[in-house]
Amino acid sequence: MASLDDLKKRIASVKSTQKITKAMKMVAAAKLRRAQESAEKGRPYSEKMNNVILNLSNGISDKDNAPKLLSGTGKDNVHLCVVMTSDRGLCGGFNSNIIKKAKNYFNKLEKNGKDLKIITVGSKGNDQLKRMYGNKIIANISFKESKNANYFDAEKVGKMVIEKFNSEEFDFCTIFYNQFKNVITQIPQAQQIIPLKTERSKENESEDSYEFEPDEDEILSNLLPKNISTQIFKAMLENSASEQGSRMSAMDNATRNAGEMVDKLTIEYNRSRQAAITKELIEIISGAESL
Amino acid sequence: MSDEFKIEIVNPEKSFLIKEDVLEVIVPAFEGEMGILKDHISIISFLKPGIITVLSKSGNEKFFVEDGIVEFKNNHLSILTSSIFNLSDMDNSKRQDLLKQAENEASKTEINDQSKYLIDQKIEVLRSLN
Repeated sequence: MASLDDLKKRIASVKSTQKITKAMKMVAAAKLRRAQESAEKGRPYSEKMNNVILNLSNGISDKDNAPKLLSGTGKDNVHLCVVMTSDRGLCGGFNSNIIKKAKNYFNKLEKNGKDLKIITVGSKGNDQLKRMYGNKIIANISFKESKNANYFDAEKVGKMVIEKFNSEEFDFCTIFYNQFKNVITQIPQAQQIIPLKTERSKENESEDSYEFEPDEDEILSNLLPKNISTQIFKAMLENSASEQGSRMSAMDNATRNAGEMVDKLTIEYNRSRQAAITKELIEIISGAESL
Repeated sequence: MSDEFKIEIVNPEKSFLIKEDVLEVIVPAFEGEMGILKDHISIISFLKPGIITVLSKSGNEKFFVEDGIVEFKNNHLSILTSSIFNLSDMDNSKRQDLLKQAENEASKTEINDQSKYLIDQKIEVLRSLN
């Protein structure tokens, strides 16, 4: 059995760990509120963008000459996957969930004999993927310096993706991120952004006739690259809210576990203290009796 | 019958401006400035760098935009833009910063004609503000 002194030290150390996790939880909670707010504020933009593109692609006259970002390259060989993770750890299953989802997808692709290219956003994803897929990772982007997700960062990623698309380095592009549902639930998502899937929100918008200035094709070819950045930005916002939510619940658990541990150790400490006292008493009594 | 309509300007971070009592909006559309009044035909267009003027009952406002998309439907005008500044908040140093940035970009040689045109527009607008 550990000595009283050792127990005391352990209790102190667990208590100070608990203090840290508690502080982290509170910081995450504060950040979560902000991240959630900006995710909500960012929603109208991407929704509107989607609607406009939907209207445009419905109105497009010549399907064969539609921009490649919409219709695809016509080939299906190289898949680009943008895996978006966090830059910091201690956030529960947040990163592993994305990675797991992405790895499943990678396996499927490889089984079908497709070529795979990976861009990782956030250093944690890079750390986890480089062991197995190191040779497939073509770029790693990390935004450690920027505090909140901002559009310029998203644009950087978007521009890079488009550049690579224009130089025909890939045919399909999918982004992986965690969708924020609530504090305890985040759903890892795989969203295909090139070619764009337009059918999913068809029901909420009746077809309207618009006047276009300049014509549809030109607007569309201007709009689609922007939409890529917008989608990536949306993913970044969702991701940052999810990260904080995930961290908050992870730290909440850690704090609770530390509390339980302190209780257990305290009981053990008291017991052994009592045992020592009893032992001493027995010694004194039996010493007195033998006299 | 009132001749007011609703405007909504959103950027990726938030809804920038929502107004219900707008009388006229002048936007720098790609093919020239365009004034939008109530009951305008449904239109989608995109913007070049310039000044958006919002005339409303509760006062007039001016904004500098670098790009964007305009959608008008059922007397609801939505403007999507990635960078927008309220002119009254924009001080000289900010203007100079933007101008310098634009000039840097314009001096690059590898840009295509269209982006060159857009950047020239931006520089022109920024200069005219000074």
